[in-house]
Amino acid sequence: LRSDSYADLSQYRDQHFRGTRYDQERLLRKSCTLYVGNLSFYTTEEQIHELFGKSGDIKKVIMGLDKVKKTACGFCFVEYYTRGDAENAMRYINGTRLDDRIIRTDWDAGFKEGRQYGRGRSGGQ
Amino acid sequence: SNSSLESNLEGLAGVLEADLPNYKSKILRILCTVARLLPEKLTVYTTLVGLLNARNYNFGGEFVEAMIRQLKECLKVNMYNEAVHLVRFLSDLVNCHVIAAPSMVAMFENFVSVTQEEDVPQVRCDWYMFAFLSSLPWVGKELYEKKDAEMDRLLSQTESYLKRRQKIHVPMLQVWTADKPHPQEEYLDCLWSQIQKLKKDRWQERHILRPYLAFDSILCEALQHNLPPFTPPPHTEDSVYPMPRVIFRMFDYTDDPEGPVMPGSHSVERFVIEENLHCIIKSHWKERKTCAAQLLSYPGNNKIPLNYHIVEVIFAELFQLPSPPHIEVMYTTLLIELCKLQPGSLPQVLAQATEMLYMRLDTMNTTCVDRFINWFSHHLSNFQFRWSWEDWSDCLTQDLEKPKPKFVREVLEKCMRLSYHQRIIDIVPASFSVLSPANPVCIYKYGDESNRSLPGYSVALCLTIAIKNKASNDEIFSILKDVPNPNQDDDDDEGFTFNPLKIEVFVQTLLHLAAKSFSHSFSALAKFHEVFKTLAESDEGKLHVLRVVYEVWKNHPQMIAVLVDKMIRTQIVDCAAVANWIFSSELAHDFTRFYIWEILHSTIRKMNKHVLKIHKELEETKARLARQHKRRDSDDDDDDDDRSSDREDGPLEEQIERLQEKVESAQSEQKNLFLVIFQRFIMLLTEHLVRCETGGIDVFTPWYKSCIERLQQIFLQHHQIIQQYMVTLENLLFTAELDHHILAVFQQFCALQA
Repeated sequence: LRSDSYADLSQYRDQHFRGTRYDQERLLRKSCTLYVGNLSFYTTEEQIHELFGKSGDIKKVIMGLDKVKKTACGFCFVEYYTRGDAENAMRYINGTRLDDRIIRTDWDAGFKEGRQYGRGRSGGQ
Repeated sequence: SNSSLESNLEGLAGVLEADLPNYKSKILRILCTVARLLPEKLTVYTTLVGLLNARNYNFGGEFVEAMIRQLKECLKVNMYNEAVHLVRFLSDLVNCHVIAAPSMVAMFENFVSVTQEEDVPQVRCDWYMFAFLSSLPWVGKELYEKKDAEMDRLLSQTESYLKRRQKIHVPMLQVWTADKPHPQEEYLDCLWSQIQKLKKDRWQERHILRPYLAFDSILCEALQHNLPPFTPPPHTEDSVYPMPRVIFRMFDYTDDPEGPVMPGSHSVERFVIEENLHCIIKSHWKERKTCAAQLLSYPGNNKIPLNYHIVEVIFAELFQLPSPPHIEVMYTTLLIELCKLQPGSLPQVLAQATEMLYMRLDTMNTTCVDRFINWFSHHLSNFQFRWSWEDWSDCLTQDLEKPKPKFVREVLEKCMRLSYHQRIIDIVPASFSVLSPANPVCIYKYGDESNRSLPGYSVALCLTIAIKNKASNDEIFSILKDVPNPNQDDDDDEGFTFNPLKIEVFVQTLLHLAAKSFSHSFSALAKFHEVFKTLAESDEGKLHVLRVVYEVWKNHPQMIAVLVDKMIRTQIVDCAAVANWIFSSELAHDFTRFYIWEILHSTIRKMNKHVLKIHKELEETKARLARQHKRRDSDDDDDDDDRSSDREDGPLEEQIERLQEKVESAQSEQKNLFLVIFQRFIMLLTEHLVRCETGGIDVFTPWYKSCIERLQQIFLQHHQIIQQYMVTLENLLFTAELDHHILAVFQQFCALQA
């Protein structure tokens, strides 16, 4: 009856997270920040703002960048002012299309400088 | 299938009966919760309770008592929607031989007698009437068979109440102002027509699934319980009753000529189907796949045009006034899930619905048009913007301010925000270019060499170079010192009085340099925050900053919105400045555009959240002080503790005093914001009305319809806050001298919780 599976934590945990598993999960459960993946390289901050603004006021959008080329890399972070707004994004924006691609959202423990860079070997995702 | 449901129920009843000695309170609790939260499965669980009662009379009695306790609790804490479900559950228990019909009738007699109470809000009487009437599809037959005289009396009391209750609020809640093709009926009127028809049909109701019928032989052997006499809890100052509603109808039996017939608008089947579908959405709104699956598996699929009912119920919620029951984006995603599950049939119904809504735009409430625009553009963005735009070519020949072309323009603008300008040009036929959005580019007044004679041009150049070279705020100030003030002959040495040219040069240049993205612009606002604060210190300064932002970004309304938001949050401008700017003559040209009202409502919401936040801080600090006092009082012997808590008390009490002041100042700012908005509306509308009267022209222009509905929208969207200001509004602004067109809006609003 009280099921809310779309807003639950996924299995993913950031391997580069500084701190214990327990710390990470605690942050994920309080977080107002979402990781957004499978964006097109052409997707703009403006488009993300428009779509994610449908679940609440956005505090900040941080575009993911290729570490080497410093160009768009197919992911971003969206931070809301309240957790409830982020939960609604998980329920209703996750798994829908942006720029004609099905995007995926997941809880993020919180943006820290450096996390906007792709960690792939060539600098991308 | 029915037989498996029956055997499941029988099996479950057996298991639970065996568990009663050990788990009775748990079972009671679960059943009570189910009664409250799963109304769409009502008859399944009443059957279960009936079977349990047949096996264990005492349990039945305890369950009924627990339900009555729960009902009283719900009413005490204003949970009226759930209370209705409980009442319905109780009434269906009559069908299961758990509750004796005469005692149910007695409860309904007490409900209906609430309409005789004096000096109570009409919405209170409405609720008790609704709880009675909306249970009758389930139990009307049984009650009428046992107590026809009493029921007749109740029904005639109902009729006279419905005749005398006022319905001033209705126009404010209607989605369309026209009565054709489907009248938008007040919810109690509609329900009454449905019950009257049910009575005429001798209470024959065939849609509701009644598992208990299969168990009749067992159940009729059971002993029934009498409901204890139920006195409706009295009205208190804290009582908040549900708002009245208007029933949304967009389909009838002519819309699906090949499929099963849609029950008529006054049939009780229509009521039950809609109630159940609404309940399913209420139960599963957080889980869109489950919600879609549950909606599509609603029983009776081959006897009713289920897809049409589902689409109608979803739009009913999306367009509900004052607000949808759930966040708007949920409905978009739910409809997409439904299309995925029924790809062969649902998209067609949805397209048909869209077409119908488009056809009736001329009489659709502006707030509902906003929601239609948001839904349709977001929906299209999930389907490659595929749409038969040529079908809507009729709007091209109309005046651009008319609802249909306006709708298409706003949709295309929203579609562009979710894609990009060229995409939109590509997806519409060439003939639609007149409705296409502008290319969202920045307009920099000092960018062109040909403008070098403009005052401030050279300073703009200087500023550009300085900012590119990472100048500090101080350096910016000294560059700006050279800008003359067109307003004054002798400028202050400080130059900190309102200087529109300084603002113009600085803001134009900065926004132009930061035009690349939202993030660039936000960084710019942050870096030069000090300059902004100084230039925009006065009210005129704030207004002028907003004007310049508009001048630079008028092609990119989305950018204007995010900049205004940021400037409020960083206190460069305040909410009242934004309100005054929106009503200023410079913005008159854009006054009916959707983005303007998004900005205004977002501004009001920020103000409201701010007040709540400080209030919460105050309450939390007061709680901390109370806890501290409690600790101190209980440690009288410990001298050390006393001394240290004395030291802590001071700062806490000071904090509380400061927060109290902050709360009062915020609340005063909030009230002022609403007063400014209402005042400006009144001025604008009065001007129009007078002009029309003296010129002998019809008042009802597209602009007027839009403007008066925007005023309504302010009342409806922020009704809880505005209710605090009723006395001021009545005495100061919405007085009897006001034109009756404007006053009517206020009176309709007052009628909502009267």
